[in-house]
Amino acid sequence: MSVDMRTYLGHVELVNPIITAAGCAASGSELAQFFDLGRIGALTTRSITMAPRAGRPTPRMAETPSGMLNAIGLQGPGVDAFLERELPWLAQRSVRTVVSIGGGTVAEYTALARRLTDAPGVSAVEVNLSCPNIEDRGRVFARDGAASAEVIASVRSVMRYDVPVVAKLSPDVMDVVSVARACVDGGADALSMINNPLGMSIDTEAMRPSLAAVTGGLSGPAIRPLAVRCVWQVHAALPSVPIIGMGGVLTGRDAFELVLAGACVVAVGTALFHDPYACLRILRELEELLAARGFHRLADAVGLAHRPPGAPTRHRIDLEESSL
Amino acid sequence: MRETPVTPVQVTGTVLTTRRVDAYHALTVVAPGIAERFRPGHFVSVAVGGAQTSTLTRRAFSIHDVKPDYGGTVEFVFTVRGPGTAWLAERRARDTLDLVGPLGRPFPLPRDPVTCVLVGGEYGSATLFAVADALQRRGCRVDFVLGAASADRVFGALRARRMGETTTLTTEDGSLGLRGRVTDVLPGVIADVRADAVYACGPMPMLRGVTAVAVEFDIPVQVAVEERMACGIGVCMTCVLPVIGDDGVTRMVRSCVEGPVFRGERVRFDDVGTIPFDALGAPGGGSRNVG
Repeated sequence: MSVDMRTYLGHVELVNPIITAAGCAASGSELAQFFDLGRIGALTTRSITMAPRAGRPTPRMAETPSGMLNAIGLQGPGVDAFLERELPWLAQRSVRTVVSIGGGTVAEYTALARRLTDAPGVSAVEVNLSCPNIEDRGRVFARDGAASAEVIASVRSVMRYDVPVVAKLSPDVMDVVSVARACVDGGADALSMINNPLGMSIDTEAMRPSLAAVTGGLSGPAIRPLAVRCVWQVHAALPSVPIIGMGGVLTGRDAFELVLAGACVVAVGTALFHDPYACLRILRELEELLAARGFHRLADAVGLAHRPPGAPTRHRIDLEESSL
Repeated sequence: MRETPVTPVQVTGTVLTTRRVDAYHALTVVAPGIAERFRPGHFVSVAVGGAQTSTLTRRAFSIHDVKPDYGGTVEFVFTVRGPGTAWLAERRARDTLDLVGPLGRPFPLPRDPVTCVLVGGEYGSATLFAVADALQRRGCRVDFVLGAASADRVFGALRARRMGETTTLTTEDGSLGLRGRVTDVLPGVIADVRADAVYACGPMPMLRGVTAVAVEFDIPVQVAVEERMACGIGVCMTCVLPVIGDDGVTRMVRSCVEGPVFRGERVRFDDVGTIPFDALGAPGGGSRNVG
């Protein structure tokens, strides 16, 4: 028995819920050596910035238990080169593409959105809110609901009506639900969570921080419980908002956990470094898990863990349709 | 000069043999898809820790040797540096390993039968024997210069003596060959054999010294760098170093896909571990610093 794996991001249909996480698939061509990118739900680009960025000095990575710290610093070619080379490459292959954007000011995000508006091949825009706000002494947008909402509202206002705007949230906040609500009020069509929480490790041989940037984003299965908690809380508060869940998904079981918490799309990040085929394997495992539990549609499992104790498991919660 | 990239494959290979080579470990793994695509300079990435591993980043090793046995085997050499390599050192025959390869850009080879000096530091020399073999098949003369801190850390001295027209060994403690570093003896070797090109693999400070010598003699130098990587396939962006492109612009390039082999004079060795102020997209270099 096959399971209907289709899912929706806003009104954009994805053939299945497994996508790559921002910054974990480079330009896309690297993974295309291993599998057909059309077989996954979508590819999320690295966060595109206005100007080319060289990123942070090395060492940029430190391995930690069940995860890793990274401080890449949004290395990328800038929006001009992205629109000239990387996006057309993906569009020619009909790869559904979520374009992640990063900026230092509301105006920069808006300018990026304006550049993407006319570009063919943009399935959705994900706003990386974990960038320092130059106009607020470098405090990241994602920590502040009002600043996040301002960015989202501005991006939403210039982006084509049929391209969903996704707000990517950080777990490093007092109350993730209030930031999520602010973003939705600002016009976000969907939410994605979680971005890397900040961490740090010290090289005890050199007796210095392991990363050149001192602190870095923690990723991998180490942060999965954090992701499940954020998805759970936000889905409970905003049940009609589509959620891209991410954070340490290594297996189909992990993806299923986020789906049960309320994610209708699941992004795979660090697992891609370990296994280039991770997306396809996780998709297959998720489908097998759903089939084994008697589900006919992925949509029936989204947020199912929220049902009251004792309620039947086949209880149908129409989250995808409700967002249409 | 660049060769067309080959498509890497992921293989669950069976360990054929394990052996200790002085201070190093060598693992031979049955991996036909990788062996048949291999060219000198390629590397493999290895998942460590088994199926339920909590160690998620892959370990990258240059390929020492490929053989046609059992459909194709690859051998790589490593030293125990942490829990990942310690786990690898415990592998035994018939264990399975998750390999991805061949990865990276291989060494470009000269069209004409020229004289090449191959310089290896520590177990960086492991990658040079396949290069030597390819060079000799093109009629090139090959001379080796191998060095390390001590005798047990010089990899492949015997094989170098068999293959090379001449082989010069150096150790910092004088326990094998000449006391000193490869860069101390390299100018003499280049002058004696009238070398036309240099190939080198080893620690970054050695590559920097070897490049300086080759530049002094005005001969081309190809270096294979050993940067820390998490993925080996170009997606994690952690193995970058500043390299000058054909257009004269310095970019932070990934040593796994744009390398690991570079023209030595293009690598800004003095700036490795930094973002040079004039690199494309450097902070303050006309672009805004966010994130």
